[in-house]
Order: sequence, then structure tokens, then C-alpha cells
Amino acid sequence: MFSIRSVSKTYPNATIALQNISADIAHGEFVALLGPSGCGKSTLLRLLAGLEAPSKGAIEWDNAQRPGPGDIGFVFQDATLLPWADAADNVYLPLRLRGERRANAAGRIQAALAQVELTEFAHARPKALSGGMKMRVSIARALVSDPQLLLMDEPFAALDEFTRHRLQDDLHALWLRSGKTIVFVTHSIYEAAYLASRILIMSPRPGCIAADIRAAIPEGGNRRTSPEYANLVAQITETFRRIMPA
Amino acid sequence: MNRTLERLAPFAFGGIALSLWQGGVWVLGVPSYVLPSPIDIAKAYLDDYAILNQALLSTLTVTLAALLAATLIGVALAVAMAASRLFRAAIQPWAVILQVTPIVAIAPLIIIWVNQPFIALVVCATIVAFFPILSNTAAGLAATPPELLDLFRLNGATRWQILFLLSLPSALPNFLTGLRISGTLALVGAVVAEFVAGSGGFASGLAYRIIEASYRLEIPRMFAALFLLGISGIVIYTALGLLESLLLRKRNAA
Ligand SMILES: Nc1ncnc2c1ncn2[C@@H]1O[C@H](COP(=O)(O)OP(=O)(O)O)[C@@H](O)[C@H]1O
Ligand SMILES: [Mg+2]
Repeated sequence: MFSIRSVSKTYPNATIALQNISADIAHGEFVALLGPSGCGKSTLLRLLAGLEAPSKGAIEWDNAQRPGPGDIGFVFQDATLLPWADAADNVYLPLRLRGERRANAAGRIQAALAQVELTEFAHARPKALSGGMKMRVSIARALVSDPQLLLMDEPFAALDEFTRHRLQDDLHALWLRSGKTIVFVTHSIYEAAYLASRILIMSPRPGCIAADIRAAIPEGGNRRTSPEYANLVAQITETFRRIMPA
Repeated sequence: MNRTLERLAPFAFGGIALSLWQGGVWVLGVPSYVLPSPIDIAKAYLDDYAILNQALLSTLTVTLAALLAATLIGVALAVAMAASRLFRAAIQPWAVILQVTPIVAIAPLIIIWVNQPFIALVVCATIVAFFPILSNTAAGLAATPPELLDLFRLNGATRWQILFLLSLPSALPNFLTGLRISGTLALVGAVVAEFVAGSGGFASGLAYRIIEASYRLEIPRMFAALFLLGISGIVIYTALGLLESLLLRKRNAA
């Protein structure tokens, strides 16, 4: 889908957030960017979204097609909903910004809300929704323009364990059935191992990719209790121990 | 039960205070040209209500016109300051200077320069009132959540879409707080300007009636005008509070 080619990012205050990062991401991969706080995960995601420009290097898109508005869905750590708009209007926002009429968009808004199982809450305002439900609305908002690429920045980090498991299950199922490319930032080894088909481990100061692990946990059954999952968690933990001595 | 009690508390307090005042004046035999009793004041109002109501109406007209002007100017400046750092740097110190300059000091000049008295009064009251709207709205605009700004940019939003669909609605609670402060300031500004204009011979508004009553030593009438002023202040403050909860009801409730 795209290649990150020797990308470095230095912020104006001279913080080197990323140094010489390279990776090829294929269509349909579920990539977890895994690393401790401050290693440049968010920065890399913002570069992919085009919200920041790399200081060096480039991101090359397949067929030289830079994604435009609506080609990328972005989900932040906080749900960041408009507090004055109900769930449906929040989901409508990306379409509205591109000049689509509400009447034309109604079907897609409903479909996006249905994907996150919030059909009955279309007219609820954020204040009336739980943290998990707000995050679902946020995901529906990212899905409504049917983007090929979904960028998620620690979206479940602020949720309680039970809600997090539920949303992880749903996201994994969504990825399986939609075939979207997902880049998912997390600092949880378990989350990365459970969700992703590929795990890029980042190390800090300056941020770079320290390991690239393919995951192969069989679908079906309880993946959380499968030996492959346990092995993967062990493998990642071991890798971290190697690359980050005390 | 507790809520009702809370609602009634200010009226109860006012009633008790007025009774003590009335009782004190009776018992001590204070003459009404020193301190009129509440009943004297009510009588003075009833004797003269046509003129006093007329004066009240005139003061309120100036107040509302000034509040409207302060809103337009305050919001427009806040938006321009949020859009351009250069503009902010250029304007901010002057807005502060205008804010800290006592209106009594510049009102005579304004009344000379603007030879239409009503407009002169509105200009003075606007100068007193606009700053809280400006600073609160500017703070609200500056606090637009950065993630939402990113989301808007990611979806190709124009500057105007960002302004009208994100920044201004985000700043609405701050604006309403500023509006509530400015509402009472506009009344203060209107009265001060009327005082200055009134001593220059322009006969209008409650302030003029207060000056007139004090010259004639009609102290109960003076107090009646003061009461009208106080009640107007409370009504303005409460009305703007209601407007606030009405406009924010949507986002605070389900
Ligand atoms: N806008 C910015 N300006 C300056 N430094 C920044 C900015 N954003 C992030 N940084 C710095 O860059 C480094 C990487 O940050 P970030 O990408 O947010 O890491 P992560 O998401 O992995 O926690 C950190 O040291 C952070 O302080
Ligand atoms: Mg981050």
C-alpha cells in the first residue's frame, strides 16, 4: 500500500522524533506500531496521515496515489467527538466537510453506526454515552467514508479492560471482513499481539524500528487463550528485553 | 425541597432586609431626606412612575444596543485575533488600554466628538462592555481541541468550515460567560455615560433622573431610580444566564 523510505522527523525544537525509518506496508495488513511512550509512534502516524511532513525521506504510495480527504480514517486516543452533535451527526462530519448532503449520506451514516453496533444510539449526544460507546462512534466516523487505510493512535488505551477486550474483538473482526489496511499504535504488548498481523517494534531516542514480527495466530476459537498467542507475547517480550537493556 | 428553598432565599433575604430597614427608619425617626424608608421610596415611584419608566426604558435601550455592538465587535476581533498572530499582537495591547481607561475620563470627549447623544452613550457603554466578550471568546477559540482540528484538516476542511463548524461552537460556552459579564457592564457603562452627559445638560436615562433628584433633594425619588437600576441589573444577568443554559442544553444533556 505504501513504503516508508528512510524517513526522519525533527521537530522545530530540535527533538529528533524519528530517525531513518523504513518499512513497506502491504494492502490488507494489520500493522501494530508497538513501543514505549515517546518513541515517535504518534509522529509516524501523523506523517502517514499527512498532518506533518517528514524532515528527511518520503512516504511513497502505491501507484503514486497520495490519499486525499476521505481515503484515510483517523482514530485518536480520545474519542474527540463534537459535544453539541449527536452520534449520527458526529459520524456525518467527514462527509459534511467534503460537501455531501445529509440526505445523501444518511445510508452510509446508518451503515457505519451499524458496523459498531450503535444503531439505537444514533440520536444520543456524547454526554450520554459511555467511554466505550464514544470510541465506537469515533470508529464509525473514521469508517463512514469507507477509507482503505485506517490509522489508530492508542484508541483503547483509556478504556477499562472489559470494554477494551470487546472493542479489540470487534476491530479484529472488522479487519477480517473488510480487508482494510490498519496501522494501530499501541504501547501494550498484549494488544499488539492479539490484534495485528504484523508488529513493528519501535525503540526510543531517537525513534527507529527495532524489530519486525509476523503474527500467525489462527482465526476462530478463543485466540486470547491459544498457545500461538502466548508464544507471540513471549517473543515480543523477549525482543524488548534484547533491544532495551534496563 | 432544597432547590425551592434556594430559589426563595434571595427573596426572603430581601424581604427581611427591607423590613429591618423600614423598622429602623420608623424606630429611629430618620428623616426621609437622609434615608427614606422603603415605603417612602415606593410612594415616590408611584408618584412619578411615568417619567421614571421612561428613563428606565431609555437606559435599557442604550444598554441593549451597547451589548449588541459589544458582541459584534468582541466576537469579530476575537475571530480575527485567532486567525492572525500579527493582528493579535497589534490589537491586544490597545484592547487592554481601552479596558483599563476609566470611562468617566473619556466619556466627555466621546460626547463632544459624537454629536448624536444616543450614539455617544452607546459608544461609551460599548467601550465598557466589549472586553469580557473579546477575551473570553478569544480564549475559547484558542482552546479548540487540537485533535479535532487535525480531523477537520484530514478531511480537507476549509478555513470557514473550521471556523463555523468547529471553533465558534467550541468557544460558545466561553462567549456566553463573557456575554453575561458584559451584560451588566453595559448597564454600568450606560449609566456612567448618562451621568457625564446629564451633567452636560443632556436629559435622558435613569442617571439623569438621579442627578436631577439629588439637586432637588428628592431623596426618595433618587432611591426609586436606584432600585430600578438594581432590578434591571439582576434581570439582565438572569436573562443572560437563562440564554446560556438554553443554548448549552443540547450538549449538556442526552
Ligand atoms: N509537536 C511537537 N513538537 C516538539 N516535540 C514533539 C512534538 N510532538 C512530539 N514531540 C516529541 O517527539 C517525541 C515522540 O513523540 P510521539 O510521537 O508523541 O511519541 P509516542 O506517540 O510514541 O508517545 C517525544 O519526545 C515528544 O516529546
Ligand atoms: Mg502517542
